[in-house]
Amino acid sequence: MGFGDLVFESVAAGFAFCIIALLILIAYELIAKSALSIDKFGWIFLISTTWDPVHEIFGALPFIFGTVVSSILALIIAVPLSLGVAIFLSEMAPSSVRFPISSLVELLAAVPSVIYGLWGIFVMAPILRIHVQPTLAKTLGFLPLFQGPMHGVGMLAGGVILAVMILPTISSISREVLRAVPDVQREAALALGATRWEAVRISVLSYARSGIIGAVILGLGRALGETMAVTMVIGNRPEISASLFALAHTMAAVIANEFAEATYDLYLSALTEIGFLLLLVTCFVLTIGRLLVWRIVRVPKGVTL
Amino acid sequence: MADKIGIENLNAWFRTNHVLTEINMSIPERNVTAVIGPSGCGKSTLIRCLNRMHELVPEARVSGRVLIDGVDIYGRDVDPVQVRRRVGMVFQKPNPFPTMSIYDNVAAGLKLNGERKRSKIDEVVKKSLDMAALWDEVKDDLGKSGASLSGGQQQRLCIARALAVEPEVILMDEPCSALDPIATAKIESLIRTLRENYTIITVTHNMQQAARVSDFTGFLYLGKLIEFGETRQIFSNPRNELTERYLSGRFG
Amino acid sequence: MNKVDRDRSRRRLAVDRLMYFLCFLCVLIAVVPLLSVLYYVAASSLAIINFSFLTGLPRPPDEYGGIGNAMQGTFIVVATASLIGLPIGVFAGIYLAEYGNNRIGGSIRFVADILAGVPSIVVGLFAYSFIVLAMKRFSALAGGVALAAIMIPIVARTTEESVKLVPNTLREAALALGITKWRTALYVAVSTARSGILTGIMLSIARISGETAPLLFTAFGNRYWAVGIDQPVETLPVRIFNYAIAPYDRWHAEALGAAFLLIILMLAINLLVRFAVRGRYSPTR
Repeated sequence: MGFGDLVFESVAAGFAFCIIALLILIAYELIAKSALSIDKFGWIFLISTTWDPVHEIFGALPFIFGTVVSSILALIIAVPLSLGVAIFLSEMAPSSVRFPISSLVELLAAVPSVIYGLWGIFVMAPILRIHVQPTLAKTLGFLPLFQGPMHGVGMLAGGVILAVMILPTISSISREVLRAVPDVQREAALALGATRWEAVRISVLSYARSGIIGAVILGLGRALGETMAVTMVIGNRPEISASLFALAHTMAAVIANEFAEATYDLYLSALTEIGFLLLLVTCFVLTIGRLLVWRIVRVPKGVTL
Repeated sequence: MADKIGIENLNAWFRTNHVLTEINMSIPERNVTAVIGPSGCGKSTLIRCLNRMHELVPEARVSGRVLIDGVDIYGRDVDPVQVRRRVGMVFQKPNPFPTMSIYDNVAAGLKLNGERKRSKIDEVVKKSLDMAALWDEVKDDLGKSGASLSGGQQQRLCIARALAVEPEVILMDEPCSALDPIATAKIESLIRTLRENYTIITVTHNMQQAARVSDFTGFLYLGKLIEFGETRQIFSNPRNELTERYLSGRFG
Repeated sequence: MNKVDRDRSRRRLAVDRLMYFLCFLCVLIAVVPLLSVLYYVAASSLAIINFSFLTGLPRPPDEYGGIGNAMQGTFIVVATASLIGLPIGVFAGIYLAEYGNNRIGGSIRFVADILAGVPSIVVGLFAYSFIVLAMKRFSALAGGVALAAIMIPIVARTTEESVKLVPNTLREAALALGITKWRTALYVAVSTARSGILTGIMLSIARISGETAPLLFTAFGNRYWAVGIDQPVETLPVRIFNYAIAPYDRWHAEALGAAFLLIILMLAINLLVRFAVRGRYSPTR
């Protein structure tokens, strides 16, 4: 190997290792700055519901609750829709229509979070408050999920807007997974006299199942960390409630809202600790999602996770 | 007629797969030598050992000696990059660099090795395209993309590109298998012309082509050299029974 | 075919048609928010967009101000991020494509994918702690570093994918000409892949231009024109956020105007890229 080769490969390798260094650096900084809060509150931090900056008592449970519930709600709404879109684009759409529709779906991912938030405040929340929530209260009001004052903004709004944002992620990864299924599988089913949908059901979906689960998990990873749109529509009240109409808060949202205003070290440290928890959870979820998807396919260019 | 290349006890492996076994062969200078044999017999591997391309595959191994003009190219102090400049290669599927023009494709070897003088490059490009019998067809449009030519023209472009670095030996790995009969005929006649100045070794699975084009032929079977000799003799009077069975189509 | 068979196959066809319809419905539902957002922002912002809006400075809520400094700030922060992030990302991608076919490359690839999914607010926390605390002030530099951290894994992976698409026979052709491995990598593989690499770069720039969370406490904000990379700067996304949640109607209108501009920018880049790439990568399904 010549000298030029050695230099080039070393330089390129150096840049590549920056990536690993970056992750380690991020984790390190977060742990270091959370130390104060970890020392003071310990494990109670994770299960305490008191978030009181005035009296210097911090507990993260309301935010963990809000993050988890809004993300699950987003998945419930987005997964069936995303799969429908992916199956339509991959298996059913005539080729002339495929490019424009898939462009539209990918454009969904291109809109910045803050603009979804803007739309959420001024368009979606009023629609929820005036039409959707009263309807839900009237028909399903016996469930504690749909009781209580209706503000428009709140947990439901958070879940819906997250659903809008993770839909393109789940659908484009699912589409890649479906594409990776070899045509011979489909042809085998069709040759048996199956209808188009039956061929998809028998040959494609079962083959692609773990990849699709991976796509869903990656969508979950995105939902967990989504900040701006959520903080603009979720109400930013650190409370735990059984109702989807209630105002709520998430880990990402509280950091976005309060970090710039935090005036003393313990406050900053508590927020940083929440950030660190968020980092751990998303890394964990993304690792699982990646492992499931990687077995089947590579992630398409430009898909934001 | 001197021997340009001497192959002594050449063995090659892909991981544990013993692909070439104890090959001993002498390739005469300025002649066309064809290497024939059924699929998987190691023909491509053999010529890739002659320009040290085989070892680029991970977990590939070579043992033995390959002497070009008496010097072992696998010797300890030998730079494989230098070997590849003396031994050019043309591949099965024409592969001009798609983002470069015809001119830049032919000049690629020169430029990437540091040649700067525009006049020298112009001269070499014209000479190489001429030798590859492509100059007349493209001389008015050297700026066109290399990929815009027909398959046969692309292959001649690749030959011009290989000639531009002024090798002494040209290896051809089934150069016509991706081309139509007319383009094939052009390349075959080009090979006959090039033989005046270059030592050419061509791998082909097409026996008739070997008979048409080459002066010497080597028959490879399952990694072993079964027979080597003048093409005329091999095809009309093979000494080995296996050769005779292959040539008469009883297997392959 | 007897009656039972005929009924069964009629039912199967009905199910097939129903599923087609349902999937199409999903597409319609999915597209509604996008169209709604685009329409709402466009319709509400047309009244407010004029020259003084685009070039002026923010004013108190009783007057109409401008987003000039926000656009300037966005440009500064994105440029800083690109200067830091692009070289690292592109070269990391080249490494992964040309030399990364082993366990080390595999782990770097894996970490890059995880890093690309780290919430941007967490990256902002990192930049705060790494740069803002060290400099003891908010700055465009801190914002640039945060955005660069987001950019690097994305650009690395898209660069890698593009270079990997270059067929190996081209590399072999170059090597067979006696060209060294590193020149082959740079001048043949990367050069052939350059439009794909550029696409990835443009998409990543579009992505970071719209990021808000990491800038909230790094670049922070500024009511005046930016004077240096070591000072806080105003950026479009942060301005949109701050004005949207404020109690003033005029500021809501300005937020929509800024949002319109941002959307135009993002959609333009994304559509450009989709069209440029269409011929080469259009999937058959």
